[in-house]
Amino acid sequence: MAKILGGITTSHVPAIGRAIAGNLQNDPYWKPFFDGFPPVHDWLQKVRPDVAVVIYNDHGLNFFLDKMPTFAVGAAASYQNADEGWGIPTLPPYTGAPELSWHIINELVEREFDLTTCQEMLVDHAFSLPLKLLWPDDEYCPVHTVPVCINTVQYPLPSARRCYKMGKALGEAIASWDDDLRVVIIGSGGLSHQLDGERAGFMNKNFDLAFMESLIADPKWVTQYSNEDIVEKAGTQGVELLMWLATRAALPGPVRKVHANYHIPISNTAAGLMVMEVAG
Amino acid sequence: MSMVRQKRTIPGTSIFDGALARKGYALNKMCFSFNSADNRDAFSRDEDAYCDAYGLSDAQRAAIRGRDVLGLLAAGGNVYYLAKFAGILGLDVQDLGAAQTGMSKEAFKAMLMAAGD
Ligand SMILES: [Fe+2]
Repeated sequence: MAKILGGITTSHVPAIGRAIAGNLQNDPYWKPFFDGFPPVHDWLQKVRPDVAVVIYNDHGLNFFLDKMPTFAVGAAASYQNADEGWGIPTLPPYTGAPELSWHIINELVEREFDLTTCQEMLVDHAFSLPLKLLWPDDEYCPVHTVPVCINTVQYPLPSARRCYKMGKALGEAIASWDDDLRVVIIGSGGLSHQLDGERAGFMNKNFDLAFMESLIADPKWVTQYSNEDIVEKAGTQGVELLMWLATRAALPGPVRKVHANYHIPISNTAAGLMVMEVAG
Repeated sequence: MSMVRQKRTIPGTSIFDGALARKGYALNKMCFSFNSADNRDAFSRDEDAYCDAYGLSDAQRAAIRGRDVLGLLAAGGNVYYLAKFAGILGLDVQDLGAAQTGMSKEAFKAMLMAAGD
């Protein structure tokens, strides 16, 4: 049976792609962010995953308002990164895991999650940059991937409660896959930030740190909030923390915090990073 | 018949719901097209013709012409798509933040730094 090793949650912003392309990892502005990653590399060396299931939100590369799925799962043999409009170099294609994808799709729909399935899917910076941060020295991402996309563009968004349930069902679906794959869940988004409106630039360190802690000890904590509550506390794009929540929910049972980093700011964003290992 | 759900107000913040998604459809569709470098070039060659082709409203055109970020949001623009328009102009999200808050870019960046204290 497939084994879920743990989860890695991280923030994403397009500027990380520019920093990587420009080799700015040791630049004083970027160093506190990039310095968070070597312990994650060590953990990946130790647990040796075969597959990464990446929970992320699309920023208008693959999906537009003409058709906006609440939950979408990739079912392709490979996924392409592409130009998002600001000229950051695109990263090489990612290898899929279509048999595992279809197993996940079958199980989630059976459990009443009405998904959109994607046999073609462009993956944006929210998918590509975390993988580059985790495997910086590999030209091609060395693990197979399954993209799971949650709508954060157009309301109504799925609630935190719903994302928790989806994550839990996703984890159970993976664990029931009859193949000895080693799987890591990656959650890409947040933490607090707001790009738009007169409140642009808003961040909330206290809320972010409480949220990060809650994922270890009390993972349903944030499900007490509506998405509007989360926007109020974490900013319009802070609602991307739903990716972290779904990732935690996919991990079976209690988890151990292997590593965490938190730094303000990268671009307009409070950057969080956490590695949670399944305790069992 | 209609049912009114009380809209939550969060200062300086709007929720991109169905009403805004309808209002901003043409504008967001145009900005979505800017994923393609050819389309970005076409826009830069003749902005008015490009806005015509996407059927922008007068308010949307005025906000595009005026590089008016709050005006673009009020006209239904969604920041994930508007970011691609900002890319054409060579503006980053600190430029957008400064424009929306009425701060200088330096002051806006200092505010971001201070959020980490
Ligand atoms: Fe994002």
